[in-house]
Amino acid sequence: MSDKETKETNRRDFIFLATGAVAAVGVASAAWPLIHQMNPDSTALALSTIEVDVSGMEVGQSITVKWRGKPVFIRRRTRDEIDLARSVSLDDLPDGLARNNNATNTATATDENRSIEGKEEWLVMLGVCTHLGCVPKGQSIGDARGDYGGWYCPCHGSHYDTAGRIRKGPAPTNLDIPPAIFLNDSVIKIG
Amino acid sequence: MCKSINLSKIRQLILSLLGIFFLITSSSTFSIAAGEGVSKVKEQDWTFSGVFGYYDRGALQRGFQVYKEVCSSCHSMKYVYYRNLSEPGGPGFSVDEAKAIAAEFTVVDGPDASGDMFERNAVPSDKFVSPYDNDAMARMSNGGALPPDLSLIAKARSTERGFPLWIIDLFTGYQEQGVDYVYALLNGYKDMPSDFPLQDGMNYNKYYPGNQIAMYNPLSSDIVEYADGTEATVENMSKDVATFLMWTAEPKLEARKKMGFKVIIFLSLLAGLLYFSKKKIWARLDH
Amino acid sequence: MSKISTYGKKYEPKSGVSRWFDERLPLPRLMHNSVNAFPTPRNLNYWYTFGGVLTFCLITQIITGVVLSMHYTANSELAFGSVEHIMRNVNYGWLIRYIHAVGASMFFLAVYVHIFRGLYYGSYKAPRELLWILGVVIYLLMTATAFMGYVLPWGQMSFWGATVITNLFSAIPVVGGTITEWLWGGFAVDNSTLNRFFSLHYLLPFMIFGVVILHIWSLHVTGNNNPTGISVKDEQDTIPFSPYYTVKDAFALVCFLILFAWFIFYNPNILGHSDNYIEANPLSTPAHIVPEWYLLPFYAILRAIPSKIGGVIFMFSAIAILFLLPWLDTSKIRSATFRPLYRQFYWIFLANCLVLGYLGSQNPEGGYLIASRICTAYYFIHFLVVFPLLGIIETPKPLPESITKSVLEKIKSKANEENKQEV
Repeated sequence: MSDKETKETNRRDFIFLATGAVAAVGVASAAWPLIHQMNPDSTALALSTIEVDVSGMEVGQSITVKWRGKPVFIRRRTRDEIDLARSVSLDDLPDGLARNNNATNTATATDENRSIEGKEEWLVMLGVCTHLGCVPKGQSIGDARGDYGGWYCPCHGSHYDTAGRIRKGPAPTNLDIPPAIFLNDSVIKIG
Repeated sequence: MCKSINLSKIRQLILSLLGIFFLITSSSTFSIAAGEGVSKVKEQDWTFSGVFGYYDRGALQRGFQVYKEVCSSCHSMKYVYYRNLSEPGGPGFSVDEAKAIAAEFTVVDGPDASGDMFERNAVPSDKFVSPYDNDAMARMSNGGALPPDLSLIAKARSTERGFPLWIIDLFTGYQEQGVDYVYALLNGYKDMPSDFPLQDGMNYNKYYPGNQIAMYNPLSSDIVEYADGTEATVENMSKDVATFLMWTAEPKLEARKKMGFKVIIFLSLLAGLLYFSKKKIWARLDH
Repeated sequence: MSKISTYGKKYEPKSGVSRWFDERLPLPRLMHNSVNAFPTPRNLNYWYTFGGVLTFCLITQIITGVVLSMHYTANSELAFGSVEHIMRNVNYGWLIRYIHAVGASMFFLAVYVHIFRGLYYGSYKAPRELLWILGVVIYLLMTATAFMGYVLPWGQMSFWGATVITNLFSAIPVVGGTITEWLWGGFAVDNSTLNRFFSLHYLLPFMIFGVVILHIWSLHVTGNNNPTGISVKDEQDTIPFSPYYTVKDAFALVCFLILFAWFIFYNPNILGHSDNYIEANPLSTPAHIVPEWYLLPFYAILRAIPSKIGGVIFMFSAIAILFLLPWLDTSKIRSATFRPLYRQFYWIFLANCLVLGYLGSQNPEGGYLIASRICTAYYFIHFLVVFPLLGIIETPKPLPESITKSVLEKIKSKANEENKQEV
């Protein structure tokens, strides 16, 4: 008698366990689409990479493009600007890291590590101040450039140099550099 | 368990329903739903119909070619993006091929730094370029008629299925009414009765409601040269473009049917487990 | 009144946490009494599982609806495109949209089964009149919600269905035109109408949820009806809701979900109308304007009456009359199981409603119009003549003494049959 009871108990528990487990899998599978729908949709993902034709850009010219909803500064620097950036020693920089997505995490903030590899004239960086997110001035001809000849953020007074590195002010890090490469001589792919 | 509803009652219900139905539908006071003279659309064989439906990649690519070379001169495709051509579940072009296709078209962008709008080549993230800037222009170029956008045409059209087909369709998963109609329409420019009062500028079509359609017959033998060498008969082209149009209307069809199979198997399994759980639990009662 | 509240195991908090909580807000106690221990008649059949199914449908519609509204734009220029955006670009957008659209149909399928079960077993009769009335209120709110929801995709049927139905209000004498313009927010269905319909479509389901709570609460005061229609006499007639009816409801729900899934994945558009895949055009009316299938019987009634205001009155009366049902039915016996004459009329009524539904999808002319008028007349005759008369003239079958006795009877007769077969 007791044997039959224990056997029945075991079988009873198993079926409930199995049902509960399968039901839990069902609930989890049903929940996933409801969560994933909030992730970037395919129109956002399609714009996660853009190609910019820079063949018309002169030396000393800057343009701003929108990438992933944010401004990206593209500058074709003058010889003077490059030399000025290279003359700065790393010890003088508040942030010694390159912050370049095309390089390693630990790369130092030398001018070579900030400009596009093999194309030292070209600087491509996110135009978003690393302090609280304003868009720094310096892209247009009449703009304030700050004390270091680069960019100046009017919100709280951060000064960036000709390689986009923070030199003075509350911003903690250098302007971020997104993934960027030259597909050919005239087109930069960002993202 | 009380069984208060028994079989004979259900039989009575069904019989009375059928009775009323035949009474209604057999009466001569009722006109044929589709209208006099319009031919009945036949069901075609499609690879994407049924529980295991899928899109034939070759048909989609040929259909796209037909759309591009024949239809796109008048019909827009405004809900489709060029990148859809290389995304899963679609014609299966490569990313570079989709890029190249997009680059054949120009879109208006801007304003630029001087405040002007400018033209640039399309990129995959752009929508299909429309032949006309707006509806008014489309009408002006087509004698007052507006060529409809084709993105959803396969779902925006239907055919009279009649009784009892419309009940059976619920359970067979028949959802190709629209695409069967499109195929029929493209092959329907024929058999005009000699005394048919065709108006100026209109064309006779067997399947179009009213039998007079503003669109001239768009397809003729070899109007397109298929890249893969398939013979460009009207039948082949209309089949291919109809398949392509089904995809533009339902790009997620394959994912939907695949998921459906898994879901229904899963739910059946769960139903079985719950059934036995229920039986086990209710056995505790002194029955 | 039944002694339902004294049956069932008393609530004993199992853990320190639940005791702490229960002392401050008796929610655990409420949950235990309503879901765990609630004494439910032991003889409920599967027709009684649709209440649970409906609750699931409501929650599903709310969740999928809230998610859809994260991506939908309620502006007449952008609405149709935003729905296509959901279908094509949003991750699993196609799935969520189809669940919501098919879900509305499944919601109504379940509610009709639920209502007709109530009609069969006399669940609307004393002391459950208020339970029934709350149910009709839920049904009205559902109808309004579904009507407004269908407008949101801004297809041809959305626009023209909205135009036809809102135009009905102009039939009201004197103030009709003003009311209609007030509803529209303009001189025709347009952007203003769409925006307010979106707002109200989002709001109403939460009101439905509130009335559902009242509905279940009032059910728990009187206790469930059961297929015999006999009241619960003692504790033996009942069993605790958990685990018996929780597992039975779960099984029924999953079976319902299989049907639901069939439509979502293998024929999502068949219950709708192809014209709604054409963007709304105020300058071009579709050949046949039809509402969704679940509103067709009312549409048939509306068009059966020759006058505009008459049609409106009869259509709304068709639902209004449901409020009076507990008092129209004079029979002392609840369940149709023991009312052989009423049972015949019940099936005729059901067939009548189905035919009305079919007629709603056809043109109201010729034979279809005559049939609509006959069926509309029968609809009202059923409530106003059949219900009151039957209670007086019908001879019911003898009732069993109690629920338990009727269950035991069934087991005995089943056992006898099996014995006979063996012999």
